[in-house]
Amino acid sequence: MTPIAANPPIIAVSLSSPEISTWKRARRSLFKAKWPVLALIILSLVVFMAVFAAQISPKDPNRQNLIDRLKQPMQIDAKTGKIENFLGTDGLGRDLWTRIIYGAQVSLAVGVMAVVVGGLLGITLGIIAGYQGGRVDDIIMRLADIQLAFPFILLAIMVLVVLGPGVWNLIPVLGVGQWVTYARIARGQTISQREKEYVEAARSMGARDIRIMLQAILPNVLAPLIVIASFNVASAILAEASLSFLGLGVPPTVPTWGGILNESRDQILAGKWWPAFFPGLAIMLTVLAINIMGDWLRDFLDPRLRGRG
Amino acid sequence: MSRYIARRLLQSIIVIIGVTLLSFLTLHLAGDPTYLYVSERASAKEIEETRIKLGFDKPLPIQYITFLGGLARGDLGMSIRSRQPALQMVMDRLPATLELTIFAMIISTLIAIPIGIISATKRGTSLDGGIMLIAMVGQSIPGFWLGIMLILSVGLQLRWLPISGHVAVFDPILEGNLNEAIANIPGALQHLILPGITIGLFSLARNARLVRSSMLEVLSQDYVTTARSKGLSERVIILKHAFRNALIPVVTMLGLEFGFLLSGVVVTETVFSWPGVGRLVTNAITQRDIPLVQAAVVVFAVMFIIINLLVDLVYAQLDPRIRLG
Repeated sequence: MTPIAANPPIIAVSLSSPEISTWKRARRSLFKAKWPVLALIILSLVVFMAVFAAQISPKDPNRQNLIDRLKQPMQIDAKTGKIENFLGTDGLGRDLWTRIIYGAQVSLAVGVMAVVVGGLLGITLGIIAGYQGGRVDDIIMRLADIQLAFPFILLAIMVLVVLGPGVWNLIPVLGVGQWVTYARIARGQTISQREKEYVEAARSMGARDIRIMLQAILPNVLAPLIVIASFNVASAILAEASLSFLGLGVPPTVPTWGGILNESRDQILAGKWWPAFFPGLAIMLTVLAINIMGDWLRDFLDPRLRGRG
Repeated sequence: MSRYIARRLLQSIIVIIGVTLLSFLTLHLAGDPTYLYVSERASAKEIEETRIKLGFDKPLPIQYITFLGGLARGDLGMSIRSRQPALQMVMDRLPATLELTIFAMIISTLIAIPIGIISATKRGTSLDGGIMLIAMVGQSIPGFWLGIMLILSVGLQLRWLPISGHVAVFDPILEGNLNEAIANIPGALQHLILPGITIGLFSLARNARLVRSSMLEVLSQDYVTTARSKGLSERVIILKHAFRNALIPVVTMLGLEFGFLLSGVVVTETVFSWPGVGRLVTNAITQRDIPLVQAAVVVFAVMFIIINLLVDLVYAQLDPRIRLG
């Protein structure tokens, strides 16, 4: 992300002074750059929407009202004289704004959980592969190759067709789709850490392998993985939306951004743009905010990359 | 070189076995597949007959070997809905999908390379910042939503381009009718633009960022400094010295890119009513026509493997430091 890079040398110098704590450094570098701050605000709003959906949403997300179907955004209600549905209503008269607020819950939960599942799986396998080497390493990395040789969405489609749609099917599928990235990086980092003195010291004191992996190696391989994880939340959200759009993600009773878009397909040809426009906008803003934050995080954790995009 | 290709082919076979085993197991995990082929009111005897006829009564390992044998002969079973050979149905739709994928790949690469170079050479300027912000937005737009918005604006409001349908180019070529193929090109392009942008925008944005960062990496290398100190013009340095090396990571990405674009095809074809494999799969999903889904998955995986093999070969041509073997 380049807008951050307008004056890199000055930041770099002020950051490298050792007496400033990491947290303070993070705050400073964040507020020097305007885009990450904006992204953080958007992200906080989305999280707030998801957590307090029941409290802040004006209507019931699933209440149908066929008289009020496909009301335009900002349309003043003839009876009450007020704007009843600020973003309009969908084909079944449900309030679009309410459904988008509730949709944030599934998008964020699935995005974060998929990364947790994929991260745990990938980091575990990656550290084991890197630490043990030999045949274990070979098997794990061949598995990774097989998975990389296969467009992920097809796997997801096949598994979800068989298991049926649902959040609890979606999360492991998306998680499994991500493990390879974490595993490869964790493996590389582990190999570079394996022969360091501190691991050697732990081993000579008689620590068991599992303890060395968890207490000595894991904390030292996490930094680059955090950056990958942040980008992967964004791509999991996009994948969830695509699968929901295909009718495979989450059952239609649960409002999701992709699902709302899917339901609005019939209205598009009639020129009713809003039921399709707003959920897509919500996806785009959320994913954009996460990507910008991820970029900032990467630059922050590895200043050498700053401005490289 | 030929040893390398042989080893890669062997690896590809392992991958194909992995993929087909996975899809085979998924099909059987769903329960006895016989019930997909019989009507709900079928008698126990009818079900048993169908089971034996389709070979579902045999042990799973034997069924899998039969399945692999079928794959080698180009037989992946029958579509449940249309009762036609599933693989044939997929192959019939493949040319339309390839037209779309290749078009998307061309626009995403051809536009991304100059944009990335400009951005890298103007590093730190507002032009660079603007381009990279747009690229970041482009990477955050869900493809299917972009497609719908293009249909609404460019298609329905402005009426500039058709919003659905397909004019075939590859099909007439396959039939040996070159004149028809050439005559079809203008119409085909008109129909390709909107779905092509829908699929390609994400890759375009990502490639632009990739070209930029890879250019920046190369431009900071010693040999570029040497070229500069020799007094070569910036144009020569960028085009002759830096560009070729900056292209290497982009070529690497192209293989994976194809997989990405194929994923995009699945949703985009639905949005634009494109008569390709993607829409076939989506319909097969909603009808739970598992053999058809399976056939499409296998075809996509095979294509993905072939493309990646080709990419690796090109890659070695581009970078003499890489010795295949």
